Amino acid sequence: MAEVRAEMVANVWKVVVSEGDTVSDGDTLVILESMKMEIPVIAEDDGVVAQLKVAEGDVIQEGDLIAVIE
Amino acid sequence: MLTETLGPVLIANRGEIARRIIRTVKRMGLRAIAVHSEADADLPFVREADEAVQIGPANPAQSYLDAAKVLEAARATGAKAIHPGYGFLAENVAFARAVIEAGMTWIGPSPEAIDKMGDKINARNLMEAAGVPVAAGTREPVTDLSLALRAAETIGYPVMVKTAGGGGGIGMSVAHNEEGLAKAYEQAARAAARFSGGDALDGPAVLLERYIERARHVEVQILGLPGGKVVALGERDCSVQRRHQKVVEESPSPGITPELRERMLAAAVRAGEAVGYLGAGTVECLVDADKQDFVFLEMNTRLQVEHPVTELVTGADLVELQLRVAAGESPEVPAEPRGHAIEFRVYAEDPKRFFPGPGKITAWEEPVGDGVRVDSGYESGNTVTPFYDPLMAKLCVFGSDRAEALQKGRKAVAEFTVEGPKNNLPFCAELLENAEFVTGDYDTGLVARMRA
Repeated sequence: MAEVRAEMVANVWKVVVSEGDTVSDGDTLVILESMKMEIPVIAEDDGVVAQLKVAEGDVIQEGDLIAVIE
Repeated sequence: MLTETLGPVLIANRGEIARRIIRTVKRMGLRAIAVHSEADADLPFVREADEAVQIGPANPAQSYLDAAKVLEAARATGAKAIHPGYGFLAENVAFARAVIEAGMTWIGPSPEAIDKMGDKINARNLMEAAGVPVAAGTREPVTDLSLALRAAETIGYPVMVKTAGGGGGIGMSVAHNEEGLAKAYEQAARAAARFSGGDALDGPAVLLERYIERARHVEVQILGLPGGKVVALGERDCSVQRRHQKVVEESPSPGITPELRERMLAAAVRAGEAVGYLGAGTVECLVDADKQDFVFLEMNTRLQVEHPVTELVTGADLVELQLRVAAGESPEVPAEPRGHAIEFRVYAEDPKRFFPGPGKITAWEEPVGDGVRVDSGYESGNTVTPFYDPLMAKLCVFGSDRAEALQKGRKAVAEFTVEGPKNNLPFCAELLENAEFVTGDYDTGLVARMRA
């Protein structure tokens, strides 16, 4: 199980995957936006998206849980 | 006459540039009106304005980019002129027209000039016709990948792929081969769709240009006077970039010969005259450092972030010149530049990867001294939010020559304290010890090499 957490305060601009999707190492899970920069959040493992904790438009804080990959 | 026609002046911007414009407006004896979002209510520019109007929530689309709300604030406060700063509505043709139609003075060039230069493809073609050199590239929007592949074959790799609209380096990348082009095209097309709100009927407006490997980014400050005369106020070298965005700028450029400078300034004047340019504008060029030749890149029809370096070497106040020209005056043209100025953009970002690092400012202490100027948007206790660009302040230094400016830069960077948000001051310190930067023999690849 791998937890994916936010590295900075950001807005969730796009949610690319859904719970239950199979993802590979390097796939984009969500795209964050902070200070006019798009920051893709990438899966660092192969697996299934067990939990997706953010929705488009959310403001998230550094360290917040974005997704869990199993 | 000036006061009667222009004041009060509403500043349709935020942060350091709103504060800097307010300073000049007040010095000229005019009332300064700020507009701001909920998130910015505590920033210094709101307090320093004579009057401030909250126009909406943090999201820029519902505040700083909402033309109707800005115009309503102008009407409600009796503003007679609007200064747009840079970014947000500064190059929005419809907004400029609406300001003029509402009977107010637009502090900027004509909406027609903004429109002509706003589309990079159109601007390229116009400049070529005016005798300004342009890079080999596409003359019409490239609307799908097969057209892009064909165009790249004609132009020759490597090619720069970018969007016709927008700015800030978003959607821009270099392709060295067909595979790279597919990726670069997809990225630019996505950015183009975002700029147009996702409803570009004719496909995304993307352009391709021959990429210069060892290029310097050098731009010329121009000022269009009533009556059609355009003058050049020297150049700025903006080759220190990360993600195609400027970090450090200096004037004069250490990388061009006097002969090349003369040709670039003359071309910039032709560019401005070709569109009947009024007020302050910037003609951006790429310089081939090895060949000592240049091509037109784009024109910014507004005040530029890095305008302080020009002010330091010419002694002019560009905002005052903008206001005077907008009021119909023909101000005295500033003297020939002398000395050397450098600007460091203090960004809220980590100094290694340059990723955004907003946060609450717990300590903020600016350097002071002879030849040191700081244009800042924040102070201790403020929060740098993720809603806007990461520029917190511009640290500018002036010396009689480049060596003295570098020395003042080292001292000023060391004396600037920012705690709370991540910041790139350590990067600025590192740059000031970098051999390429110190000798002046650098190009737009410098930052990438420092982080390779």
